[in-house]
Amino acid sequence: MPNNSIHVKGLQKSYKKLHVLRGVDFEVERGSIFALLGSNGAGKTTIVKILTTLLKQDGGTAAVNGFDVALKPDYVRQSISLTGQFAAVDEILTGRENLIMIAKLRHIKNPRQVADDLLNRLGLADAADRRVSTYSGGMRRRLDIAMSLAGKPQLIFLDEPTAGLDPEGRIEVWKVVKELADGGTTVFLTTQQLEEAEQLADQIAILHDGRIIAGGTLAELKKLFPPAKVEYVEKEPTLEEIFLAIVGEKGGK
Amino acid sequence: MEAVKKHFFSDMGVMLGRSMRHIFRSMDTIITVTIMPIAMMLLFVYVLGGAIQTGTDNYVNYLLPGILLIAIASGISYTAYHLFMDMQSGIFDRFHSMPIARSAALWGHVLTSLVSNAISVVVIILVALIMGFRSSAGVLSWLAVAGMLALFTLALTWIAAIAGLSAKSVDGAVAFSYPIIFLPFISSAFVPTQSMRPVVRAFAENQPVTSIVGAIRALLSGQPVGNSIWIALAWCLGILVLACLFAMRTLQT
Repeated sequence: MPNNSIHVKGLQKSYKKLHVLRGVDFEVERGSIFALLGSNGAGKTTIVKILTTLLKQDGGTAAVNGFDVALKPDYVRQSISLTGQFAAVDEILTGRENLIMIAKLRHIKNPRQVADDLLNRLGLADAADRRVSTYSGGMRRRLDIAMSLAGKPQLIFLDEPTAGLDPEGRIEVWKVVKELADGGTTVFLTTQQLEEAEQLADQIAILHDGRIIAGGTLAELKKLFPPAKVEYVEKEPTLEEIFLAIVGEKGGK
Repeated sequence: MEAVKKHFFSDMGVMLGRSMRHIFRSMDTIITVTIMPIAMMLLFVYVLGGAIQTGTDNYVNYLLPGILLIAIASGISYTAYHLFMDMQSGIFDRFHSMPIARSAALWGHVLTSLVSNAISVVVIILVALIMGFRSSAGVLSWLAVAGMLALFTLALTWIAAIAGLSAKSVDGAVAFSYPIIFLPFISSAFVPTQSMRPVVRAFAENQPVTSIVGAIRALLSGQPVGNSIWIALAWCLGILVLACLFAMRTLQT
């Protein structure tokens, strides 16, 4: 087994005249959390789609778990799962039915058992038999992630997992991502929130103008900055801290 | 890969279960599909029928095959709608990034269309019986009628699949069915073609609906079917194969 979970070299992709990816290179270590940072339209989702075999690149190579995504898509699909930018859940089914469906498609032995476990793990047990159309944004996202966990894939792609979530929902998702990585799963996530990358990622890459312009650990990235100088700043709590302190009494439900 | 092929039928079963749940949890789709043709049948039999000379004393008998085709033609637009929503919601992206055959999800939708259209056809035939529809057809003829209708449904559903997969908006996905719903009006479904102007008549006599209606009418009234059934079969099979190929190609790209 190669030590790298993802290996991307010289990746290129254009949509008609728009040259989105102009030679992207990066590697993701097995078992790490990798954050791809970039603004809207930078091409983050395009990279995710190529790595998850949904889109073919125009040039360069990409390998996932040692398999070339263009040549061996079926092998790649065995070991990954995708949580796309928009919650890919079935609104008309219940949460439990959604999970059982995915578990069956992964040909897992006890789909019901797996569904129950995941519902408990992501705090959806109470809402298990309600239709997803009644779920809140955060619950929908958690179900979405739960569906990606069925079958314990080695590598999980999360495309902007916290976009559109309230601060509580975001913290819930962060917790799940950290637990995943602790369990040895490789996590590839895209985000445009710097704080998210800072909170979660072992490795960070910044995508800009179709290339990775900087990459490394947070500490390495910080070194690119001029050395720190000490300044006296009066720190007031941010609105987010106030919000979380007030609603925190409800407890991390 | 072998595993993908091996699980094709069980995967398709899961997909079929999913879209059948959609149908049975929103019965309004079947109701709307059924009500329009029934209303049309009432209109033609009790309002316009008196003025139409078909050479038969039972106009319901004459009308029913055309009404059934209209019901199917409007029913298949739901397949296009559901497919389009699946493409939009990202759930197809999830399926496509999993090790399952791409066509499994499509077949799930197509078979669901077959079942839901069969339900509306049965309901319409029951209403027609109340309105005075009588048939001297034996079991074999009824089976032939069922087979013919199933083939017609499949052929149109694959056209709907192309529309659903390639549409840019919901309206576009659904609008393709309007001309198909209109086709029975320019055929022998409501009035004999002899009463039409030469150009219209030439079109009416050589388009698929006339031969399909003719074959079903002959089967139901216990008369010799002649050539019409072979022409009808050729039309349905031809459309089915072409549309299926195009839909699969649309899905792969």
